[in-house]
Order: sequence, then C-alpha cells, then structure tokens
Amino acid sequence: MAEISSLRDAVAQLVHDGDTVALEGFTHLIPHAAGQEIIRQRRRDLTLVRMTPDIVYDQLIGAGCAKKLIFSWGGNPGVGSLHRFRDAVQNSWPAPLEIEEHSHAGMANRYVAGASGLPFAVLRGYRGTDLPKHTDTIKTITCPFTGEELAAVPAINPDVSIIHAQRADRAGNVQMWGLVGVQKEAVLAAKRSLVTVEEIVDELTPVPGQVILPTWAVTAVAEVPNGAHPSYAAGYSERDNEYYAYWDSIGRERDSFQRWLDEKVFGVEVAQ
Amino acid sequence: MMSVAAARALTGGQRVFVGIGLPSTAANLARRTHAEDLVLIYESGTLGSKPTRLPASIGDGILADTADAVISVPEVFNYWLQPGRIDVGFLGAAQLDKFGNINTTVIGADYADPKVRLPGAGGAPEIAANCHEVYVVVRQSKRSFVEQVDFITSFGHGRGKGEREKLGLPGAGPTLVITDLGVMRPDPETAELVLTQIHDGVTVEQVKEATGWDLKVAPELETTPPPTEAELTALRELKAAK
Repeated sequence: MAEISSLRDAVAQLVHDGDTVALEGFTHLIPHAAGQEIIRQRRRDLTLVRMTPDIVYDQLIGAGCAKKLIFSWGGNPGVGSLHRFRDAVQNSWPAPLEIEEHSHAGMANRYVAGASGLPFAVLRGYRGTDLPKHTDTIKTITCPFTGEELAAVPAINPDVSIIHAQRADRAGNVQMWGLVGVQKEAVLAAKRSLVTVEEIVDELTPVPGQVILPTWAVTAVAEVPNGAHPSYAAGYSERDNEYYAYWDSIGRERDSFQRWLDEKVFGVEVAQ
Repeated sequence: MMSVAAARALTGGQRVFVGIGLPSTAANLARRTHAEDLVLIYESGTLGSKPTRLPASIGDGILADTADAVISVPEVFNYWLQPGRIDVGFLGAAQLDKFGNINTTVIGADYADPKVRLPGAGGAPEIAANCHEVYVVVRQSKRSFVEQVDFITSFGHGRGKGEREKLGLPGAGPTLVITDLGVMRPDPETAELVLTQIHDGVTVEQVKEATGWDLKVAPELETTPPPTEAELTALRELKAAK
C-alpha cells in the first residue's frame, strides 16, 4: 500500500546516496519538484536514469548529485543544449560524470524488461551505429528461431523511480493520462517508487485513456501541486515554454547557476 | 525556402515520423498546403497529430490533444516504428557526411573527451533504420557537411552502396537531403550524395563552398521553384499561430 507522505519525508526515506534513481516524464509530467528536493537534501553519487534528461537533470548534475547518467537524449527541448550537463562531460565540473548512452528504443525496452521481470530485452536496433562501441550494455544475440542477429539490452531496475501524475485518491491509487511516456514502466521496474500528484481527491473520476497505478504498486504518494513546473500536467497546467528559454541563461554559466541554486532550491522551505 | 522545399517532398497520406524543429515545421506546412491527410507521428507517443500551431517540443500538449491516438513510448518504437509501419522518417542533423550518415552525439574524434557534447541519439537510430525512407533537413555549412561524421548516431549509407543491405536494415535510408541551399540525393550506383537541385537564387559555387567534401553535381541540375504565395501565407500563419 502506498504511503501518503510529504515530498520532504518521501525523498528522505526513499532516495539514498549511491542509489540508481529514475525521474521519468516525456516533456509532460516531469517531476521537477521532486528533483529539486533531492538537490536540497544533498544526495550524492546517484546514478541518474532517464530517456530525456532535461532541465531538472541539468540541475541535479550541476548541483553535484550525480556520478553517472544513463540516457538517450540530453538537451533543453525546443531551446538547445544543457550547459551543466555539457560542463560535467567536457570539464568534469562540478564532478566527473560517467555516461551510459542508448537510443530511445533501447531505453524504452530496458524499462519494459525491468517492468516485466526479465533480465534483458531484444530489439532490432543500433545496427550500423557507433553506440555499441562505447556502451557495454548493448550486445548482440542470435534469435533461436530465425538466426537473425538482434540487439540485446539489460533490464533497468532503479532503486527508486519518481514520476508526477495528475491525481491520487486517499488510498494512494494513482491516475494519469495524456502523454504517459515510459512512466508506468519506470515505476513497475523499480524497487521503490514515489509519485507526486497535482492533487489528492476523495474519489478518482474515470478519464478516457487513463493509466491507473494501483496503490499496492507504488511505495509513496505526495501531493505537490504544480510539481511538474516548468513541464506540465494535462488538465491542470500548461508547459511554461518561456522558462525553458530562461533556463538557458541560468544554466550557461557556473556563477549564475550557483546563484539560482542558492536562491531557488536551498533558499526554499518545503512543507513537511 | 528550406521549410517549403522540405514540405513539398511530402505527399498526402504518408505516415511521417517527425522530429522537432525544421522537420516539424515542414511536416506541418505540408499538412496545411498540399498534403492535408499527412499522418504525423511524434516519438512522445502521438499518432496522427493535427496541431493548430507549431509545437514547442515533441511533447507539446497540442500534439496529444489533436491526435488520433496517444500511446506509450515503448509502443511507439516497438509496435509502430520497428515493424515498418512508417513511410518517412524526417530527421535533422548536427553533422552529416557524404553518404548520409548522421551525427548528433559528439563532435571530435574522442568520444570520452569530446570537443562538443551534443544531445545524443534519441529516436533517430531506429527511425533511420526502419522507416521506408529518410528525409534529412539541415542547414548547410562546411562544419555540418563533412567527408565523414565523427560518430555515427544514425546509419545512412555507411561508406557506400550495399552496406545497408549487408546490415539487414529494412528501410532505404536517406533518399533526400534538403538544405537552405539545395537538395541532394544519393547516387544510385555509389550512394554518395549528389546535388540535384538548387534553390532559386543560389549558385552551384555557393553550395560547393558550404560543403566539406568535393560535392558532385547532377548533369541535369534543377532549380527549386520559388515559394508560392499560398506556401508563404501558410508558413507565416503557422509561425504566427499561438
């Protein structure tokens, strides 16, 4: 049964130094507030996993929380580069960042294998690309039926996965809809999970195309209104496109980033 | 001109896997001009999006709100892309070489210590492998058009004709490269990109000057007709729509 918790307590209990942590969200429903709480609690040596690391991962990397990143596309969508990510890869600032690089198809299948309780997934991917030369977690396997050579990628089973969703009820059943990316798979693949939600309601109203994560499949639920900002939650908020452009000016230099961190993350108290 | 030329390459009814930026502008322009029934597929999980304005990113809510279906990301890649259900993959590039191989990973020969770290692969390697054809749309310069890419993120034609078949890649690979200066197609014998078309007002010398290899020019070089009033109006409306 999911425990209804505050964001602060949930992160304190579920995310430990050295953990493998996935904060998933595909443009939509990105758990920004939870990511910033991890920074605030000064977690270290995390292996961060995400298909599309964007602003919140730039923040986690710049704040020195990460030692490794497993990903398939790292950028500021619609704007350009992630400067803190670049600085870590190119200059080891504030700490060296090991990277394990895949394609989207590879990452999606790694989560599917993780959620399915299988050791690996098979796809017709990566052929002809230079990715397998640099990524140990891409191997080839021969189909026992046809003899075709295919790519094999190992399951991802994070210590903790964190996602944001629209609603939960008081029992901790979670409802989400719209672009649901790979969030369900990330939660089901993980040992522990936290879902931050826009609101906790007495009763969940059925919504077309919704995904329900039953309370027994989730470790903790925290009510964090607007917890996806500057990303969005369909039915609740719009994407703050200006913020993505604004982030470029903050993230570009170490000084401006550090000022932002002191003011907007460490300078903010969150509810217990 | 580039958006217009890229839009013209698309025909009605095609199922197109669309990347953000120039490909998305071109695909949406095509839908608003000559190819109303173009099926736009975005890797965020939208099939048949009909956005009323340009999406700010591949996960813009307007793509989901106007789609025929919204699906998960594993589904996009496993059920729709991998089995070859998509006609055209529309990709951008940071670096492109003379055989249409695409690099969006690192600039510099040393992967571990790159000159520039780029965003990475995203959906592109499998889009380039599995779509029936790939159209690349990219601004042309000596820096971006190189003899050989530093890193193959998405396989084009390798080092020549026949390499895709050897690897068992189901799609035809890049069949069209559209830039701000002209259009290139792979030579049927060698798969090397050849300039087949220049945009109105551009000279062959200009294109060669912006290419990092000795660019071959087709004997019957065509000129892209200038944008029509209808295309320009549609493009302006698309860019102005909020």
